[in-house]
Amino acid sequence: MANVALRNVRKTYPGGVEAIKGIDFEIGDGQLCVLVGPSGCGKSTLLRMVAGLETITSGEIDIGGRIVNEIEPADRDIAMVFQNYALYPHMSVYNNMAYGLRNRGMAKPEIETRVREAAQILEIGHLLERKPKQLSGGQRQRVAMGRAIVRHPKVFLFDEPLSNLDAKLRIAMRVEIRRLQRRLKTTSIYVTHDQLEAMTLADILVVMNGGMIEQIGKPLDIYRKPATTFVASFIGAPPMNLLPLARSSMIGGTGSLKPDIVVGIRPEDFVIMAHEPPAGGIALELTVDAAEHVGAETFVYGSIDGGGDVIVRVLGDGAPPLGSKIHATAAREKLHLFDGKGRRLAES
Amino acid sequence: MVEHRPLSGIIAYVILTLGVLIVAFPVYLALVASTHDAATVVRGNMPLLPGEHALENYYRAIFVGGSRYAREPVGTMLMNSFIVAIGIAVGKILISILSAYAIVYYRFPFRKTAFWIIFITLMLPVEVRIYPTYKVVADLGLLNTYGGLILPLIASATGTLLFRQFFMTIPEGLLEASRIDGAGPFRFFKDTLLPLSMTTMAALFVIQFIYGWNQYLWPLLITTQDSMQTVVTGIKKMLTTTDELAEWQLAMATAVLAMLPPVAVVVFMQRLFVRGLVETEK
Repeated sequence: MANVALRNVRKTYPGGVEAIKGIDFEIGDGQLCVLVGPSGCGKSTLLRMVAGLETITSGEIDIGGRIVNEIEPADRDIAMVFQNYALYPHMSVYNNMAYGLRNRGMAKPEIETRVREAAQILEIGHLLERKPKQLSGGQRQRVAMGRAIVRHPKVFLFDEPLSNLDAKLRIAMRVEIRRLQRRLKTTSIYVTHDQLEAMTLADILVVMNGGMIEQIGKPLDIYRKPATTFVASFIGAPPMNLLPLARSSMIGGTGSLKPDIVVGIRPEDFVIMAHEPPAGGIALELTVDAAEHVGAETFVYGSIDGGGDVIVRVLGDGAPPLGSKIHATAAREKLHLFDGKGRRLAES
Repeated sequence: MVEHRPLSGIIAYVILTLGVLIVAFPVYLALVASTHDAATVVRGNMPLLPGEHALENYYRAIFVGGSRYAREPVGTMLMNSFIVAIGIAVGKILISILSAYAIVYYRFPFRKTAFWIIFITLMLPVEVRIYPTYKVVADLGLLNTYGGLILPLIASATGTLLFRQFFMTIPEGLLEASRIDGAGPFRFFKDTLLPLSMTTMAALFVIQFIYGWNQYLWPLLITTQDSMQTVVTGIKKMLTTTDELAEWQLAMATAVLAMLPPVAVVVFMQRLFVRGLVETEK
């Protein structure tokens, strides 16, 4: 078990492209840290740097009190689960899991014990003699995790492990990974572009964009108080509505706010056709363009006169008719205010 | 293609049958000629049915050799051909899988250059570089040796290219998983790359075995002793006689014998190779 710390980690490719622009964070022992961000934000590169598959241009990566910058992947005491599983196609499930242990010169009985134990945890005991291609996607995923577990590593690294699975299986495996991680209490870093996975799995959530950290914190804290407009629009589905202050009519004066301020309102924080919100709230007149029925809730897509699209969540399946006008209001304490550069204002 | 037009099916079969007949008839004729005595073959009107001298002809061809000239029996020549063909096939697989491994998986200066130099040798088959090659082999004292027969034919780019293309289809993840699993370059090669390359190796083996077996010009050039002759050059020598009738029945028996090993290789390896294709998933 170990802490993982990244200190001012940077990565510049030979062509001069800076993929990682100074990353600092620390993961406590046994915590699951999720790196989330759009594709190309550097999250996978960062994970691969922790794994030792990419070199580190500058900075330090510390696993369990040991700087691992110059240490080979095999000696970093980590185990990785790959997006495409990367199982050895010509080896049986058993050998896939045992291979890394054999290379370490572990005694046969010990290997056997560890593989059987991992197989039991993952419920793949009956598959041990099969080849990877005789397995379903979910089973391959389990084998890939088994290969990581048998190592008893200090750190698990997951590189978008669920993105090749269908939606239903993805949810099931997500829960399972969480349970497994809790049970083994192994420090983990998990990379995903799926904000739902990120929210549900993370002890610490790291939102990345353009090779830098946008925000770091507990998932719900980030959801409730996004530090930037990027985080606000990335975390939460559908995304937070972001409107220039000029386009939205604040009720009860804007006070000291500058005109270039951006107001963010989550779709679920709107109330339709209700009484006027308390002072400082917001009221919008929307023309309904479309409605998405999800079942338990409905997302109404509307536009403000003079431009600007807004998504409003309505509970249940009742939605206003298309083309009709609605009044959406939100209370002052539900508003997120960002300055002209997209940073959250302290007062909001 | 799934079609349900009976006429087109019939036409296809007729054309196919004709093709097979055209290809197979000379082979059949060689087989028939190898079972008659010399007089029958030389008379000019070859019977279309096998004769009674099969055992005698094959026995002489394999163990005795031509009667009037002291010539090596086919047994020796077959053995020579076999050693040369295996040597070329195995040597080429070894050299090309290793060079492809270096080119695909190692980052070294002038990697691209190395690749292009190998690639360019494709434009220089044995026939083109035959004089310098002869000179080199002669200077090395390799005339009339297996080394001289095999080595110059091993050096070519086809195999390297084949393996390179194959290696590039192997997902990067396997290499990374191996690195995390503590497998160094050699282990990765032995435990992952080699087993996955079985199919490619089988394919290359078939092609190179037949290529080696059928070599004519090069063995003809560098073997002067009959004991080092390969079967393909041997057949030709059987037919060039100055004042005697060529022993066609023996030459045909030899030709038939010379055909068997490549056929066996194709039949046997085909099975392995189809199984490989069905089993491996990259």
